[in-house]
Amino acid sequence: MYQSVQTNRRDFIKKMAMLSAMTAAAGMFPGIIFAEEQERGIPTGAQLDWKKAPCRFCGVGCGVLIGTENGKAVAVKGDPKSPVNKGLCCVKGYHSIMAMYGKDRLTKPLVKKNGRYVETSMQEALDLVASKMQETIEEHGKDAVSIYGSGQWTIPDGYVASKLFKGCIGTNNVEANARLCMASAVTGFLTSFGIDEPMGCYEDIDHADTFVLWGNNMAEMHPVLFSRLLDQRLKRGVKIIDFATRTTRTSMAADKSIIFNPQTDLAVANAICHEIINNGWMNNAFVQEHCNFRKGLTNMGYGLEDNYKFTDKPEPVSLKEYKKFLEDYTPEKVSKLSGVSVKDIKYLAAHYGDPNKKVMSLWCMGMNQHTRGTWINNLVYNIHLLTGKISSPGNSPFSLTGQPSACGTVREVGTLTHKLPHGVVMNKEHREFAAKIWDVPAENIAPKPTYHTVEMFRALDRGDIRFMWIQVTNPMVTMPKLKRYRDGAKKEGRFIVVSDIYPTPTTDIADVILPSAMWVEREGMYGNSERRTQYFEQMVEPPGEAMSDTMQLIEVAKRMGFEKQFYYKDETHIEEIYNEYRRHHDNKKHNMAPLEVLKTQPGAMWPYVDGKETKWRFNAKYDPACSNGKDFHFYGKKDGKAIIWQRPYEPAAEEPDAEFPFWLGTGRVVEHWHTGSMTRRIPVLHQAMPHAYVELHPEDAKRMQIRTGDSVKLTTRRGEITLPASVNERGVPAPMQVFVPFFDENMLINDITLDSFCPISKEPDYKKCAVKVEKA
Amino acid sequence: MPITSYLAHPHEGKQQELLEELSAIEACDAVPAQNRDVIALVTATESKEEEAQLKIQLETIKSLKLLAMVSGFNTPKNA
Ligand code: SF4
Repeated sequence: MYQSVQTNRRDFIKKMAMLSAMTAAAGMFPGIIFAEEQERGIPTGAQLDWKKAPCRFCGVGCGVLIGTENGKAVAVKGDPKSPVNKGLCCVKGYHSIMAMYGKDRLTKPLVKKNGRYVETSMQEALDLVASKMQETIEEHGKDAVSIYGSGQWTIPDGYVASKLFKGCIGTNNVEANARLCMASAVTGFLTSFGIDEPMGCYEDIDHADTFVLWGNNMAEMHPVLFSRLLDQRLKRGVKIIDFATRTTRTSMAADKSIIFNPQTDLAVANAICHEIINNGWMNNAFVQEHCNFRKGLTNMGYGLEDNYKFTDKPEPVSLKEYKKFLEDYTPEKVSKLSGVSVKDIKYLAAHYGDPNKKVMSLWCMGMNQHTRGTWINNLVYNIHLLTGKISSPGNSPFSLTGQPSACGTVREVGTLTHKLPHGVVMNKEHREFAAKIWDVPAENIAPKPTYHTVEMFRALDRGDIRFMWIQVTNPMVTMPKLKRYRDGAKKEGRFIVVSDIYPTPTTDIADVILPSAMWVEREGMYGNSERRTQYFEQMVEPPGEAMSDTMQLIEVAKRMGFEKQFYYKDETHIEEIYNEYRRHHDNKKHNMAPLEVLKTQPGAMWPYVDGKETKWRFNAKYDPACSNGKDFHFYGKKDGKAIIWQRPYEPAAEEPDAEFPFWLGTGRVVEHWHTGSMTRRIPVLHQAMPHAYVELHPEDAKRMQIRTGDSVKLTTRRGEITLPASVNERGVPAPMQVFVPFFDENMLINDITLDSFCPISKEPDYKKCAVKVEKA
Repeated sequence: MPITSYLAHPHEGKQQELLEELSAIEACDAVPAQNRDVIALVTATESKEEEAQLKIQLETIKSLKLLAMVSGFNTPKNA
């Protein structure tokens, strides 16, 4: 599949057939390698130049080696030196270079004139972007312009975006799509520990005895990491428990699959805590020494109305009060609500409670895309804190990410409305610190956050925002309750710039489309789920006039008069930006590895102190930032103690009723990466999974006389959509639930999802709304 | 002109043997996984009847534990 010319159709189909078999194998045996096929793709007698890079796709951040010849990337293999994947690759990573060579790559800037796109030069297009932005600021104020980026931004992309908008222009209208996937993980960390990102690392997998996957279909979403779990089971007999709302490939591969009713993970987590305390499994010394108890406001609402605001008011509670609160969460009571048997709740609690078992909890979208996402993150930390199973090899609550640099760019650079690279905009010292490095007056940085993602698109609809620059993301597929935001973006008087590599439903709403250089067509860094920053050099030329997002931003900044702040030289700009960025994190709690180190090895985890990466934070044995003289130091909080939160169960924003009797959940598939704009252009992946579908439980399907392939109409309060049915195929939802993947731009499931969100993290819940299901 | 793909699972320790047997059949194209005991297999035959016969032949291979079909394609005869 790496040769662009196929000899004939039959050979092509044979090749497709072979690749479908391999794709299927990759689903069953994550991390499987077909070396012969890889070599076969390499032109005979090729003199390949192999260079390392992090994979372009998911947040696992596998190290890959890319073989180039005559200016073209022609082969990929897993990097055996990478501690992340140890030479393995999943089906997406293995075909990743093909995403650069789709036939319809954007190579020229396009400007909309009289309803039609007209090709123009890059210089002219950038002039137009800068002048439009300036004009909008003059007419409507600085908070009328905004940038919406992504966890696929490289670190330098996100850094210069934040510097331009927050530091130079002076608006906090900076958001990224990680708000839609990781924000609850961030607020979970901040509320429980006062500092973001996992304390442990992937090496925990080699030490843990039990893995509890909280609503996380790892076999499809984090395949290489899942293969490391399976490998440990073969070697050490570890237990894998899948705790989910739907039966997936992960459930089938797990030792135990436990299905719960949507939203009731909150209650089950509390029941586990109840059992831990009641059975005397609490680690009293750890809790006394290292934890405080708090409660916050309840009945927070769901953010469904415009300009919704919420601020939590934490209050101390005693252990006695907390125990009293947990009385509502006995396994017997919770079993009725959650559908999980008393026996299974006790089984889960016993794994966490057993002092001789090391436990790793893993989660991703199931817990984060949740109207009580911050709470459920807090509750899983409670379990680990109560038992003292945290921050040590194998004892690890671990939140995974979906994008290659959701951590590196969005969370660490801080490309969210309230964030700065170090700290938050609300804090005067943090603003002054950033302003000094950015070489701007401290007053430039506005002290109040403006709009989080959903509210930013609402503001665009209302007309409060007039100019939006969207880079490397596809919100016209991913926004919940999409129709409102698509109509809003198309209104008169809005100016939308989209930087991307292919046409998408988002470029369809653009006034200017800028062709971007992707991945190894430019230089950059990504940061993965385990705090690992990985560097890649430019290996091939971008097509046509395509330019990196970093360079596009620098060029526009200079045109707007910020030459002094954007002093970077063309040849060395990535190095200069990274060195400047490192100054924001120049402390033992977050120091980033120097570029020379990143160039020579497959990444380094921060905090990188005295030439060493930190594998387990907050543990004095491993983390040089611990300074309280004790074994653990949760230094994100002033008193060095982590917080055990009293958070109740509350129902979802919209639950099934007589009119809309099913639950609708959405998600991903192994073949496609997010909205499919890249993977649907890779023939083998597209062939293996050509379109979206709706999964039904076999009993529901039988009752409604629906068979695989039949058309099914889904109707919610937002609209309707018709999709082919999938019964007993890849995933099986519980009765009265349906599941639809969102990768297919021709079947936009988000047209009918709900834009409710977690009031603390502002992350939407894509997993739960009410739907009517009919045979079409 | 059917083209079909399978995953061929060998009996324990018989991956190499199975690979050799499959590779010896003209209509078969077999690619072994490097780190798992499974072989990706594509068969390309002239007609449905020939394909059915091949299937019978494959099932007699001793080192083969399980043959799981992944996908089937049909191409026009003169493709
Ligand atoms: S698991 Fe993720 S990072 Fe690794 S190869 Fe697959 S897509 Fe790439």
